Amino acid sequence: MHALVLKNLTKTYKNGIQALKGIDLTVEEGDFFALLGPNGAGKTTAIGIITSLVNKSGGTVEVFGHDMDRELETAKSCIGIVPQEINFNLFETVHTIVVNQAGFYGIPRPLARQRAEMYLKQLQLWDRRNSIARSLSGGMKRRLMIARALMHQPRLLILDEPTAGVDIEIRRSMWEFLRKINEEGTTIILTTHYLEEAENLCRNVAIIEGGRIIERDSMANVLRKLQTETFVFNLSEARTAPPALPGFKAQMTDEHSLEVEVSKGQSLNDIFTHLSAEGIAVSSMRNKVNRLEELFMRLVDGSARAAPAAAGAPRGAATP
Amino acid sequence: MSASRARAEWVGFATIVIREFNRIIRIWGQTVVPPAVTATLYFVIFGSLIGRRVGSVGGYDYMQFIAPGLIMMTVITNSYGNVVSSFFGAKFGKHLEELLVSPLPNWLILCGYIAGGILRGVLVGALVTVVASIFTRLPVQHPLAIVSAVLMTSVVFSLGGFVNALFAKNFDHISWFPTFVLTPLTYLGGVFYSVSMLPHWALVASHANPILYMVSAFRFGFLGTSDVNLGLAYGIMAGAVVVMFTLALSLLNRGAGIRD
Ligand SMILES: Nc1ncnc2c1ncn2[C@@H]1O[C@H](COP(=O)(O)OP(=O)(O)OP(=O)(O)O)[C@@H](O)[C@H]1O
Ligand SMILES: [Mg+2]
Repeated sequence: MHALVLKNLTKTYKNGIQALKGIDLTVEEGDFFALLGPNGAGKTTAIGIITSLVNKSGGTVEVFGHDMDRELETAKSCIGIVPQEINFNLFETVHTIVVNQAGFYGIPRPLARQRAEMYLKQLQLWDRRNSIARSLSGGMKRRLMIARALMHQPRLLILDEPTAGVDIEIRRSMWEFLRKINEEGTTIILTTHYLEEAENLCRNVAIIEGGRIIERDSMANVLRKLQTETFVFNLSEARTAPPALPGFKAQMTDEHSLEVEVSKGQSLNDIFTHLSAEGIAVSSMRNKVNRLEELFMRLVDGSARAAPAAAGAPRGAATP
Repeated sequence: MSASRARAEWVGFATIVIREFNRIIRIWGQTVVPPAVTATLYFVIFGSLIGRRVGSVGGYDYMQFIAPGLIMMTVITNSYGNVVSSFFGAKFGKHLEELLVSPLPNWLILCGYIAGGILRGVLVGALVTVVASIFTRLPVQHPLAIVSAVLMTSVVFSLGGFVNALFAKNFDHISWFPTFVLTPLTYLGGVFYSVSMLPHWALVASHANPILYMVSAFRFGFLGTSDVNLGLAYGIMAGAVVVMFTLALSLLNRGAGIRD
């Protein structure tokens, strides 16, 4: 079953900005899906259309087989949304906010109260249930929006940058929570600028840029497409020129840091062999950037350069 | 429509109404007290101080004459004010999105806000009625006319507030219409005088003012006399309800002012 099918979705805002230029996307039931893209790519716009907060200019949206144009109410009741920006009444209490939201979905009060207790406890907000929403910290506000989105137990949960500005500890516990509800059967679509998060959580990914999908694959395949990785070696002794490493591209970024690009099929052992032969001691080593981040930069970079030419179909990975 | 859908929609509607009611109570210092204070001042100044010199209007003393008008004015401004500020506040604070993403149909969202407007209009109107009865004895000739005129008027102006809020982009926009249109029309709608006291041209012009019909029908409920033809008054009120509801709903369906 498809949880979500977008066909040729377009959106031109009144000010003339073409935020979506024809998006085709299918997300399977049960998936944990990452929708990635730089600022202004069109992620929030796409989510806005799916949650009927934004009028589309063209195309179709289907949620669990329900077309949004023909079965709007049924489609809506399948979706839970955690928006990018705070959108609850800051003067209402935490408990009121979640119970009322359940009410808007037609859930009677007694059941709504039970669920409020369950989700507020799971998201560590139960102690603050009688606080005015304005008095919550930024991270608590994000969790409140997650609890609110779950009150009607949607089959598809869409989170637009849920972990923006959330500390590491809370972020990890949010990850764990999302993983759990995904395992229990909720389909999840997530946007984030923390690529580590997407790499950690998501099984499938689409990358959107300039209103087009430029990549759509499983996370594993996407990562495999990355041909090279850059490693940084911290050298114990200072030097100015990089050592000779035949077959590798190497440079010194400062007198202790040696950066080496390693292509697929090349072995780190070779680098160590050469370094040992020259008597160079390595005190530590790390990946220059997170792998998905690297791929992302290349794709977005490549598509920006190719944009005038490639007006149409989504392209495959732009390998360097 | 299935029974479960109907039940779900009822729960959703009730949730909006409860939320509106709680809002009125939570900010009672803005919603309930000022109109009551204003009305009391009107009664003291116009009713007791000036009214004593005015004498009788249409066979009733001036205080009795203006009391229904002042109650109706309160109902109008409070119904309008409640919906315009609550709905615009929800739009401005973005929590309107809570309703927009939910499966509640638009007509029900609209009805929820109307119910909120009626709640406040009737609540404050009742309060002013209590104040009025301190100053004068109010006869009740036709209770059904009183109730029906209040409800229809309240619905019309709740809808007016709703449409205003849809178009408003900032807080100035929600005070513009009440200040420059609603208040003048109310003052000129026979709240403080009988239009039969006016020169001919003003009398004719007054009949283009829908508020005149509402105030007159309401006053008829208390005093049993009316400045206008009652059948026409009810026709105009019913027509206004239908026109305003259709307008508000079609704007809402289009997403005017709330969906990009
Ligand atoms: N309400 C609006 N009116 C006009 N243009 C808009 C509106 N909302 C978004 N846009 C424009 O549409 C484009 C896509 O914006 P969108 O918010 O969908 O991007 P995004 O991928 O969510 O970015 P971010 O990562 O910064 O949240 C941008 O150029 C933006 O300026
Ligand atoms: Mg966004």
